[in-house]
Amino acid sequence: MSILSMQSSRKDVVLMIAFAAAVLAMPIWLEPFGAAYPDLMQKFAIFGIFAIGFNILFGLTGYLSFGHAAFLGVGSYTAVWMFKLLSMNIIPALIFGTLIAGLFAVLIGFISLRRSGIYFSILTLAFAQMSYNMAYSVLTPITNGETGLQLAQDDPRIFDAAAEGSGLPLPELFGVTMQDFDGLAGFYICGILLIIAFYISLRIFRSPFGMKLVAIKSNQNRMGYTGFNTRPYLLVAFVISGMYAGLAGSLMAVTDPLAGAERMQWTASGEVVLMTILGGVGTLIGPLLGAGLIKYFENIFSAYNEQILHDIFSFLPEFLENFMVFIVNPFVGEGWHLTLGALFMVIVIFLPGGIMEGVNRLIAWVKRDRSGSSGDGKAKPQASEG
Amino acid sequence: MDALVLQILNGLDKGGAYALIALGLTLAFGTLGIVNFAHGALFMLGAFCAVSLQRILTISQKVRDESITFFEAYKEVPYLELWLGDTGTKIIEWSVPLSILMAIPIMVLIGIAMERGLIRFFYKRTHAEQILVTFGLAIVLQEIVKSLFGANPIPQSAPEIVSGSANVGAFLGLSDTLVYPYWRLIYFTFAVAVIGGVFAFLQYTTYGMVVRAGMADRDTVGLLGINIQRRFTIVFALAAVVAGLAGVMYTPVVPPDYHMGMDFLVLSFVVVVVGGMGSLPGAVAAGFLLGILESFSSMNEIKQIFPGIDQIIIYLIAVVVILVRPRGLMGRKGVMES
Repeated sequence: MSILSMQSSRKDVVLMIAFAAAVLAMPIWLEPFGAAYPDLMQKFAIFGIFAIGFNILFGLTGYLSFGHAAFLGVGSYTAVWMFKLLSMNIIPALIFGTLIAGLFAVLIGFISLRRSGIYFSILTLAFAQMSYNMAYSVLTPITNGETGLQLAQDDPRIFDAAAEGSGLPLPELFGVTMQDFDGLAGFYICGILLIIAFYISLRIFRSPFGMKLVAIKSNQNRMGYTGFNTRPYLLVAFVISGMYAGLAGSLMAVTDPLAGAERMQWTASGEVVLMTILGGVGTLIGPLLGAGLIKYFENIFSAYNEQILHDIFSFLPEFLENFMVFIVNPFVGEGWHLTLGALFMVIVIFLPGGIMEGVNRLIAWVKRDRSGSSGDGKAKPQASEG
Repeated sequence: MDALVLQILNGLDKGGAYALIALGLTLAFGTLGIVNFAHGALFMLGAFCAVSLQRILTISQKVRDESITFFEAYKEVPYLELWLGDTGTKIIEWSVPLSILMAIPIMVLIGIAMERGLIRFFYKRTHAEQILVTFGLAIVLQEIVKSLFGANPIPQSAPEIVSGSANVGAFLGLSDTLVYPYWRLIYFTFAVAVIGGVFAFLQYTTYGMVVRAGMADRDTVGLLGINIQRRFTIVFALAAVVAGLAGVMYTPVVPPDYHMGMDFLVLSFVVVVVGGMGSLPGAVAAGFLLGILESFSSMNEIKQIFPGIDQIIIYLIAVVVILVRPRGLMGRKGVMES
């Protein structure tokens, strides 16, 4: 992290423009990868927001929260309730989803941040599991238990009550539903929010506030000795990150107006940790890369089956083909989680800085190879991969 | 009174499972300083040792079914029954207790392989990285089991003779209606025996004494010319065996499936923290305590006052303990208190 200077701020402008262009052009450049359908791109954007927010907490302060899915769930539930009570317009859903999740984060953060290290992880995990278990049992009037919270024909919706006899209403933004323009409307709403989310995270990274968070990560005691009260800063970081999760959760409800408790389970919290680590903790682009890769492979790998594999390896001699299919088969389709777990272990063992560390090492290696020639191509390739 | 005794009994077997897993976690943490998120997976692997032994024992051959005479019918008869007759049937019936014998060497091997192959590279890394890599390992292990055994729970039965219920009420001089499954009593006794064994090993053998010394001050023990690392590896294997045995014996209570480890892991971590990181008696006491509290909170009388309390009681206690007394119930002063 370089200090605020003219040069770095110009770099940031370039990075921001490149990032925005990359996100907006996703339907084009994802085409060759077979990932350019709106459903998947929406997931990229939503989980990107989730991971960016998580990274503000974990990447900057080093506090590993194992309960972030709780905020995701709260955001989803709130958004669906807004659809039910107020209007099918997505703006109140997004705003209230984010705010209520932020409120939750204030409560949970205020208590959890009294401890650090593994105790903080366990505290957040405990709160998330409590919310999950309660959403399934006692809170059924609010959450609709195992069925999940859904829209209904007779919801009050004080601003735009449903016309008699029509089907279930769709979430819309001033008349544009998420499915318009072949689903691209939904993607662009998510995409633009992703760009805004990324911009805010960039500003936080570069701000004195962000520097303080990094200082807390590197030596909290020393911060204390200099007479610096760290807890309010940690709490603000925690709440911001919770609000990101809430926004991601309400976007999930916007793209598919349904909320279930399983979004709050601790495995969902684990998933965002995986994304952040895979991409690179504490980097700007890393968490996005991680989220994109995991969601991409989840969709692509889990679609493979033995027949497709036989087609892929058909250029090999018969026995080699069968052998390759035998080796690869457990890792795709149903077993794609195996790939995820193995990949994740490899990353933690060999590249603790995630993909971004790998990219940086590669760049450093190329630069050294060319001996002295100064290349400023750092921002561009990162962005274009996001 | 009856209800109270019943709830305590109900808590004991679950508490036994918590205590066994938490004991293993604490052993790994106290000796190697490792926060092992794959420990639940070891519990699950133990349970699947029982499943695979049962599968092996019931490898069957098709034979003509003599009882049906209208047409040619075939039935599957395990080879063991063909070869050994009634003895074979008995062996199959006792497959769960028998799999203890198979699970011990397997879990020792898995434990050593895990420690030498992965964990030893993470002594010097942060707790967060240890959590993450073992979490990844847990995913890999449970996916392997899933691809081998499928995603559905596989019920295992206890031997016929202990499949009924014990009339605990009559035994204790309470009403006759108080009955309790034999197998759960056995599980509790088994848990106590294993815990007693581990403590005796640490307390009364020279080997255990050296391990305890190493837990207290690793460097000094190393300076005395003892290869403490090797002993810690053995202790890790021991922890794996404890988790595995807990899993084997738990199969008749809850049919094992591939993610049972994860379900127990989270709770066991809470147990460890409540008991005090690094404190073995603390882990055991907290395991039983939380097991019993959990079953008490599922009583209807209590649920009427605090709806849903049975779902969150363990986490609630964990939150209170961490906030009020971060070293846990029995943790040593100064260990992990921040």
